[in-house]
Amino acid sequence: MVNLATRIHKLDLKNPVMTASGTCGYGEEISDFIDLSRLGGIVVKGTTLRHREGNPYPRMAETASGMLNAVGLQNKGVDYFIDHIFPRIKDLDTHIIVNVNGSTIEEYVELTERLSELDKIPAIELNISCPNVKEGGMAFGISCPSAEAVVRAVRRVWNKTLIVKLSPNVTNIADIAMAVESQGADSVSLINTLLGMGVNAETRKPLLSTITGGLSGPAVKPVALRMVWQVYNAVKIPVIGMGGIMNATDAVEFMIAGASAVQVGTAIFIDPTIPVQVIDGIAAYMEKHKIHSISDLVGSLQC
Amino acid sequence: VSFIRQLKNKLRVKKTVIDFLLLENKQLNKDNFLLVLQSPKPLSDIYPGQFMNIEIREATEIFLRRPFSVLDVDFEKQTLSILVKILGRGSKKLTGARVGQTINAILPLGKSFTKPGNDDHILLVGGGSGVAPMLFLAKTCGLKPEQVTILIGARSAGDHIDITDYLSFGTYHLTTEDGTLGEKGYVTDHPIFVEKLDIYDKIYTCGPDAMMKAVGRRALKENVFCEVSLENMMACGFGVCLCCVEDTKSGHKCVCTDGPVFNVNDLKW
Repeated sequence: MVNLATRIHKLDLKNPVMTASGTCGYGEEISDFIDLSRLGGIVVKGTTLRHREGNPYPRMAETASGMLNAVGLQNKGVDYFIDHIFPRIKDLDTHIIVNVNGSTIEEYVELTERLSELDKIPAIELNISCPNVKEGGMAFGISCPSAEAVVRAVRRVWNKTLIVKLSPNVTNIADIAMAVESQGADSVSLINTLLGMGVNAETRKPLLSTITGGLSGPAVKPVALRMVWQVYNAVKIPVIGMGGIMNATDAVEFMIAGASAVQVGTAIFIDPTIPVQVIDGIAAYMEKHKIHSISDLVGSLQC
Repeated sequence: VSFIRQLKNKLRVKKTVIDFLLLENKQLNKDNFLLVLQSPKPLSDIYPGQFMNIEIREATEIFLRRPFSVLDVDFEKQTLSILVKILGRGSKKLTGARVGQTINAILPLGKSFTKPGNDDHILLVGGGSGVAPMLFLAKTCGLKPEQVTILIGARSAGDHIDITDYLSFGTYHLTTEDGTLGEKGYVTDHPIFVEKLDIYDKIYTCGPDAMMKAVGRRALKENVFCEVSLENMMACGFGVCLCCVEDTKSGHKCVCTDGPVFNVNDLKW
């Protein structure tokens, strides 16, 4: 029997598969399809201090092997999350991780302080990489000084596991990873979506109301793998890999490149049972290759 | 409260992913196909206006599923039928599917049309592939045929699909933009819309946006109950991607889970 357990700082995961923020709501939305307690963790929809309506429609466009989105962090704000959503999901037998967003450092800090009042939120994922908001978001994640500043401030008010979600829209992602590690991040997760755009040749109009948006799905997987490998080689903290994972083989590739855990995202839109298929497939892979623990797989790339 | 929620959850039909067998793929006219899908297990309840999200296989340029309203269901034979109108790459690929092929779908999705009251007189207005849920509603609403008026619009005679199987469920009226069948013009040019609409208790419509808006605005003006079925582009179909939002009077609502059926009063029309 293989052992699928993995560890992200103080966070013990029963297996390395989490659902990515913005792709499974709060877990409840996909509970018809899968037993949520099978998951290593659920990263809930990007949360902000106050209610956000998000960007105007159209906010999605299909691409070859992927999709563009420009949802823009539509959510009901942290108070609604704490009062209405959290009570319904807190007793799930899996880790609930909140994806934290802000347009200023003060907002990130205030939101984190609100969440620190709650038991059963063992980790937050600090999102400094959302490409679809006008203020904050990715702006914090594309330069070392601003990434350091937001991590430093949040670190002061959060003593549980702090994961920082990185943007791929940078010159050197390893530099950003080292910068957030230096300010006390316990883990980095990557990649958020790649900035892209779509054009309708007939109307000469952009496909998204915001003109640009974030590309996800299998189209981004090679870029994501490369970045996970670069970051794994640059930092000591555990790396959580994501970007176009559609099946267990994809997940295993990310772990070989250096990921201690993975997140399944866009694939859920195609088939919400994929996260569980990935868990079972990783176990089958490990049995076939006589690998007993996830740690034997992580960063095992043979160059 | 938690007891009521548990009870509600029990009564609620669960969404599932099913591998259907394609039993029939029949070309109805130039752009419209009728697909009959058989489920390997008993089908759960599905109502007019609800939809299924179908995976388009073996096509790398098509990444997302495509939503289709249900046209009909046969619980004994465990079959569902859908109307597929070729609109783009996805629908074109799907109409090329061969009988015997597996078709993967997620269902039942979305909210259905409000069931009319026993004494209601209803008007159903359909266009394009929006005819499917209108015919399904006519068949399953439980009203006498004289209570059901069905108005179907198309560009030309050749674009109308054969409705023989549904004729007994109501009184039919057809329009074509070129006048080759039925009244000439749009559905809203039909004599039905020249008269007052308040002889109907409920109006239901599904079809192209412009058609639904024209129908919906008339209903609003005359203060008649009207439900429309929107088809904003969606990625997931079950409320997690938040891509298919409609800007309603109460903010962004997901067409896939808060709709696709909306009361026209709730829209900014």
